[in-house]
Amino acid sequence: MTTSTGPASGSAASGSAAPASPKLPALLPPGSSGAGWGGRFAAPVTFAVFGLADIALFGIHARGTATFAFNQEFAKATVPNLALPAAATCYACGALTLVLAALRLLIVLGWPATVATAVGRRGWRRLLLGLVLFCFVVALLAWSDGGQAIAFNVVDLLSGTFSDSIPLMLGALTGVICSRTGVINIAIEGQLLLGAFCAAIATSVTGSLWLGLVCGALAGSLVATLLAVFAIAYAVDQIVLGVVLNTLVLGLTGYLYNAIMIPFGNTLNNPATFTPVKIPLLGDIPIIGPVFFDATVFLYITYVALAGVHIGLFRTRWGLRTRAVGEHPVAADTVGIGVLAMRYRNVIASGLIAGIGGAYFTIGSVGSFGINMSSGEGYIALAAMIFGRYTPVGAVLAALLFGFTTQLQSILSSINVPIQSNLLLLAPYVVTIVVVAGLVGKVRGPRAEGVPYVKS
Amino acid sequence: MTEPAAPAREEAPGTEPSQHYPFGKIFSEALEANNVTVTVLALVAATVLGGILCAFTNPVVLHAPGAGAMIARAWDVASGTYVALFEGSVVNPHTLAALFQQASIPTAIHDGFLSAVFGPLSETAVAATPLILAGLAVALPYRAGLFNIGGQSQFIGGAIMAAWLGYAVNLPVFVHVVVCVLGGFAGGAVTGWVVGEVKARTGAHEVIVTIMLNYVMQYLLAYLLSSASLLQAPGSPNPITPPIASDAHLPLLAGSNLRINAGFLIALACAFGVWWLLNRTTTGFEFRAVGANPNASRVAGMNVERSWALAMLIGGGLAGLAGAAVIGGTDFTLNPQSYGTYGIDAITVALLGRGSPGGVVAAGLLFGALHAGSPGMQDVTGTPVQIVQVLQALIVLFVAAPPLIRTLFRLRATRAAARGAGTSGAAMSKGWNA
Repeated sequence: MTTSTGPASGSAASGSAAPASPKLPALLPPGSSGAGWGGRFAAPVTFAVFGLADIALFGIHARGTATFAFNQEFAKATVPNLALPAAATCYACGALTLVLAALRLLIVLGWPATVATAVGRRGWRRLLLGLVLFCFVVALLAWSDGGQAIAFNVVDLLSGTFSDSIPLMLGALTGVICSRTGVINIAIEGQLLLGAFCAAIATSVTGSLWLGLVCGALAGSLVATLLAVFAIAYAVDQIVLGVVLNTLVLGLTGYLYNAIMIPFGNTLNNPATFTPVKIPLLGDIPIIGPVFFDATVFLYITYVALAGVHIGLFRTRWGLRTRAVGEHPVAADTVGIGVLAMRYRNVIASGLIAGIGGAYFTIGSVGSFGINMSSGEGYIALAAMIFGRYTPVGAVLAALLFGFTTQLQSILSSINVPIQSNLLLLAPYVVTIVVVAGLVGKVRGPRAEGVPYVKS
Repeated sequence: MTEPAAPAREEAPGTEPSQHYPFGKIFSEALEANNVTVTVLALVAATVLGGILCAFTNPVVLHAPGAGAMIARAWDVASGTYVALFEGSVVNPHTLAALFQQASIPTAIHDGFLSAVFGPLSETAVAATPLILAGLAVALPYRAGLFNIGGQSQFIGGAIMAAWLGYAVNLPVFVHVVVCVLGGFAGGAVTGWVVGEVKARTGAHEVIVTIMLNYVMQYLLAYLLSSASLLQAPGSPNPITPPIASDAHLPLLAGSNLRINAGFLIALACAFGVWWLLNRTTTGFEFRAVGANPNASRVAGMNVERSWALAMLIGGGLAGLAGAAVIGGTDFTLNPQSYGTYGIDAITVALLGRGSPGGVVAAGLLFGALHAGSPGMQDVTGTPVQIVQVLQALIVLFVAAPPLIRTLFRLRATRAAARGAGTSGAAMSKGWNA
């Protein structure tokens, strides 16, 4: 996530040359500058709110000792459990967050100048945000496990996060490629769902998991093809198109589920699932091993896809051309890049990734298809893509954040923490709105995203 | 480049010149890919595709001996499906025949034969009511350049308010139902306004905010309904509110045997109201101007941010009314699934209606008919109800792509589209950043 890779910096370089942005700063009302509520003080204030929440919400109510475990069963090398006094941990997290808020305020005020410029860079600001969120989670966990007999298993939480986030991560990567190439992909949801459906059928019929994986990928690509044809050839509004394609796939899979999968459930909806594969040596490292290197093939595909998309977009000729097509298709066309061909190829190929993500639902985890199985994860992947500022690494990190909260909720509700599970499920969405609106401000997408290219 | 949309957006009912057309001209224009022709042909194409789908997934058809028998059975299945849909949503010949066998009209009315005849139409109106209201909730912000995917959240906001006012408050007979309806509008309006305000103040994209709010409201509803101290019915193990008071029911329009209620009139009145707002008021003009080109509107001195917030407020209120109409008209209690698929259905309704209030009413009635007819269709033919969702999506997909319909049916392009270098589909397009 280097600063040079962001679309904001990319378009800033070409912004002065872009004829399609007649911004008139003098005429803009002050509210439209995109700075967020309270302008530049939004970030420090939000940090302070988090800090006070650590103290007032968790610290005051925390009881006893919180124990954290870092081992899975039958692990070769073990790490001792960590026992912390719950209340003190919450207060410490809150205090640290308040210090960070003060530091953030100093950056905003630009004082002292040397520190502010040194710490005020984008990477540092993100580090601060990450620390604040980390403190919040630690305080939440200390509060929830304080006084409980069972140790809270951090490794289970993290490995569950990684496997549950696979569709989100792959969906978000698909979204990044499509957006960077100038096509909004709202149809990620449909790609996931059809991928899940086709993978289940193909695996059930042929008995081959790998064939199921391929069929899932192709199904995602099929939806992507529809998206590409309607968006590029027929210039249909891409937001509209995505929503309609999602409805179509939801209706179609629901229909086929009732029409053929229920009557022939044993032959059409009874797939095997991939078993976890532990990578030798790496998989035995405590904490890191079970989280990163002991999972189904889907997680390894995700690593490859992430690396591929990141390197591809920012280190290859294909990536440069893709970004050019997404930012300024006229200029790209002028230097001889086939804009439409590029968009077709990228959109259709990226559908493969989302299709694999969808296949995870059926042949990666659950083992059978159900109506509306993706349950809106495609939309969350879309939010993760924007949250991650249209970069592959950022999108995957944001997807992990969503997966983490869902996983946290399911673990907390299973150990009877007195917190309303619905409110906990609701939290990540509120946080997304707050972050998208307050901290991140205006995320700049690729300039030509969603604009059909018509050669004049 | 970003705004090829302006001319198409200006089309609205009532603004077309009422010239005298000779018949030949009408005929020749029908062969062009204009809005009406495209819509009709999109319906045809979707019907054909839907028929093929339900025929060739039917076990009876798949096990037919030989190709001829297969085609014959496929025709039977497909036509049976559509006939059942029609009988469940418009009129059933059996009830009509039974009506004519009655001795006199008073006995027919008394024995319920007349209401049996009008039952399907009543159900269509009932199903269309929330679709029209929620469709308007998408169409109005769409004219102001905002894409409201948040129908679900606003529906929930309205439904929560209407249900709570319905069972928790004691009011005189007429006042109670009015308060419930207004409360529904307010609940949805607040939910929608949040989106407009966030966009206006921070530039956060409304699609993301509305998607997030859908989940927020969904879980908030589940939370409220599972907390005994909040909305959950006392003593009930299920997440459901107490039934609303009978004062708060929307009055029935055609006797106690038919479910058609005042909600349908509210929907029609709202459609008229939106038309009036868009075409006869300064605010509406600003909405359309902002939707066509926010930068130009700002330069012209309009308050773009205020238009966004206001359009989302009114739109949200309309979706909230849909919630109030469902709670007060048919369901009478609120449960965690009350919002159904209205959020997504509303988008298809608004798109088929091309964002105009009259079109939304027509589209709402059409999709309402599909919804009303589908349970009976599933009983009679065994075709799963999801076929309706497929049909809806196919219709909108075809409507959204006039060039595809042109190619399929070999129509000429309209003169306007021909001038626009063959991109008449782009009339609906605008970029993510616009």
